Amino acid sequence: MAQKKKEEKMVATSKVDLTQVKPYGDSLNDGMVETAFTLPVPHGEEANEAARILTKKMGLMEPNVVYSKDMGSGYTFFVVYGKCVHTVDFTNIKVTKVEVDVMSREECGAYWEKNIGRPVVIVGASTGTDAHTVGIDAIMNMKGFHGHFGLERYKGIEAINMGSQVPNEQLIEKAVSVKADAILVSQTVTQKDVHITNLTNLIELLEAEGLRDKMIVIAGGPRISHELAQELGYDAGFGPNSYAEDTASFVLTEMVKRKMV
Amino acid sequence: MKSKLNLDVKQIDEARSSAKRIAESMQEFIDRHTTVSTERTILRLLGVDGTDDVLTPLPNVVVDRLLDNGQLSKGVANFIGSAIHNLKKSPQEISEMVSEGTLDFESLKPVKKEDVEKALKPYITESLKKIKTQTEKREEYLKTIGEGKKPYLYVIVATGNIYEDVVQAKAAVHQGADIVAVIRTTAQSLLDYVPFGATTEGFGGTYATQENFKIMREALDEAGEEVGRYIRLCNYSSGLCMPEIAAMGALERLDVMLNDALYGILFRDINMQRTLVDQFFSRVIIGYSGVIFNSGEDNYLTTADAFEEAHTVLASQFINEQFAVLANIKEEQMGLGHAFEMDPDMENGFLYELAQAIMAREIFPRASLKYMPPTKFMTGNIFRGAIQDAMFNLVSVWSGQSLQLLGMLTEAIHTPHMQDRYLAIENASYIFNNARNLGEEIEFKENGIIQKRAQKVLKDARALLMDIEKEGLFSTIEQGKFGGVKRPRDGGKGLLGVVVKNEDYLNPFIPLMMGGAK
Repeated sequence: MAQKKKEEKMVATSKVDLTQVKPYGDSLNDGMVETAFTLPVPHGEEANEAARILTKKMGLMEPNVVYSKDMGSGYTFFVVYGKCVHTVDFTNIKVTKVEVDVMSREECGAYWEKNIGRPVVIVGASTGTDAHTVGIDAIMNMKGFHGHFGLERYKGIEAINMGSQVPNEQLIEKAVSVKADAILVSQTVTQKDVHITNLTNLIELLEAEGLRDKMIVIAGGPRISHELAQELGYDAGFGPNSYAEDTASFVLTEMVKRKMV
Repeated sequence: MKSKLNLDVKQIDEARSSAKRIAESMQEFIDRHTTVSTERTILRLLGVDGTDDVLTPLPNVVVDRLLDNGQLSKGVANFIGSAIHNLKKSPQEISEMVSEGTLDFESLKPVKKEDVEKALKPYITESLKKIKTQTEKREEYLKTIGEGKKPYLYVIVATGNIYEDVVQAKAAVHQGADIVAVIRTTAQSLLDYVPFGATTEGFGGTYATQENFKIMREALDEAGEEVGRYIRLCNYSSGLCMPEIAAMGALERLDVMLNDALYGILFRDINMQRTLVDQFFSRVIIGYSGVIFNSGEDNYLTTADAFEEAHTVLASQFINEQFAVLANIKEEQMGLGHAFEMDPDMENGFLYELAQAIMAREIFPRASLKYMPPTKFMTGNIFRGAIQDAMFNLVSVWSGQSLQLLGMLTEAIHTPHMQDRYLAIENASYIFNNARNLGEEIEFKENGIIQKRAQKVLKDARALLMDIEKEGLFSTIEQGKFGGVKRPRDGGKGLLGVVVKNEDYLNPFIPLMMGGAK
């Protein structure tokens, strides 16, 4: 017993090999992963076996079906644990991130005063058929979200929130008429990749009208990443846990960088 | 019953009287107007269905013709009635003739008012009979196979494909759901027509069409018989086709319909004049057909703060109640909305939510209160999400809510997967069963946090209602007092479809339905 304890302690304190990282359950390199999924098969021993085989194919060995439940109409729900065989080389990871030092609201105000000094106009909308405004409201409206005030409260920024279901054409029209420095597009509904079509369409319209380089164009939403946004031709993309200060910092520093001041 | 929150009855009465006067003054405006969608509803109730060769629904073809010719102020019923009298053809045949260009209403001989009414009578009777047959069928089901206990477990399906929706809905019923709502495809609320036929393509939801209603109704009846309890079907009588969808819902036996002009104005930017007129006819139909309407106050709290703006929810519930009274809707059919949307990091947030939920129940004792789950502060951490939903479920069973829209632990990630719905039903069933009579056992400390919270929300709601009464509902909305959203009186979508009635105007369904015709 004493010897076993000693061994565990040794494992737990041994150094992580960052070139071969795998999931951590309760000891290093145990590879433990929990999964939950549904199979369109009736509940029973065969269903459990199917879940085990499938889990192995996912690279999770010694699969353990800890729970399975008949959901009616021939569907079964599973919770399955397994030990992941794969590893990741953490020393060789590259992620495209928005390259900006995030400033607080007050710092943004000071930066604006020092480097810009003229009103910065930002137009935002939830575009296309998307009726969800929680995201764009959180970034733009005075109140903000979760203690992070929105752009309306930022010094030097004039924030115009057009709300939901705004056609791309109308967003561009507005941006031109108020001489916007930046456009924020929010997309929440992503079923059948409708957001990709919609985001691509906006860039195409801006390019067709020769406006693309005159404005900073940013996409945001729960399923938006900076990488995706860049692929689609946006200057930046903000995903979950982004707030007004992320957007403001990016717009203000980018304006200075591009000499839009 | 004694108020556990020590609410001041006088304040409740004053708030209610204020709301009554607000609704009545709006009703004067409503009574002077009709809309394209109201007129299309009359056609649908007279049995007009189908589309022309470019897939424009026939009700739209006929009503648009009258609108373009400046004749809609008389009401489509007058034209159809006189055409029946002259041509001895059905409203459907007459509409087809208008669409094919073989009939021009102006070419018809003038017809006496009595003859118009007489000509319409058989079609009206047939339509009302169809609706009555459906309400009787519902009552029959409730008597024979019964229903689930309140709070009803209310889930949504949203695949975009009605046949896939059926699969998910049936599974949900077997897991324990009492109400299944088919979410509409995004932006249907802004279509000024109702699509035709069964549909398999939608984003974030499925088109509301009469055929889709029928398909889901049959599926839920079948599933209900299998599990031995009546399953309610829910859809949206909202947007630009509010009354048309109410009529379709009445004919296909929907049980619950989301129906709230204020919601459309604030969150879909629908013109306020248009949708308030539309709402009236839709609520008359809803009242007549035994449907529970759901109002959308819960949505205010997704844009405004749930703690600071709670009184706007209560004020709006009072107004919605009075609009419903004017449309002759029973209290039990009033699904007034509210929500559990406070920031979970707020100290004592649970106490405030509980106070407000019990307050709603005490103020609207017989209403079928619709309680909406946390959405705004759901993060993608599904494990925490499950706990947030559990807190919401506990408040609901404790305070005696009626319709419990189940929270999904994957809210903010995707439209629900089949297992999400199962986990949600399991969560609610566990808590409802485990704490079934909690509410009857517990009273609150006098002048404690809970009592004081409810009293404050009531006081603020009463003050807001008095302001609205002074200002009028239109200008209150213009000033952005609900949900923090401002909408101009002449702005938004659908204003062109509002027409002032002339003295010959006729809508034969309203008096009959309000009188509860057999």
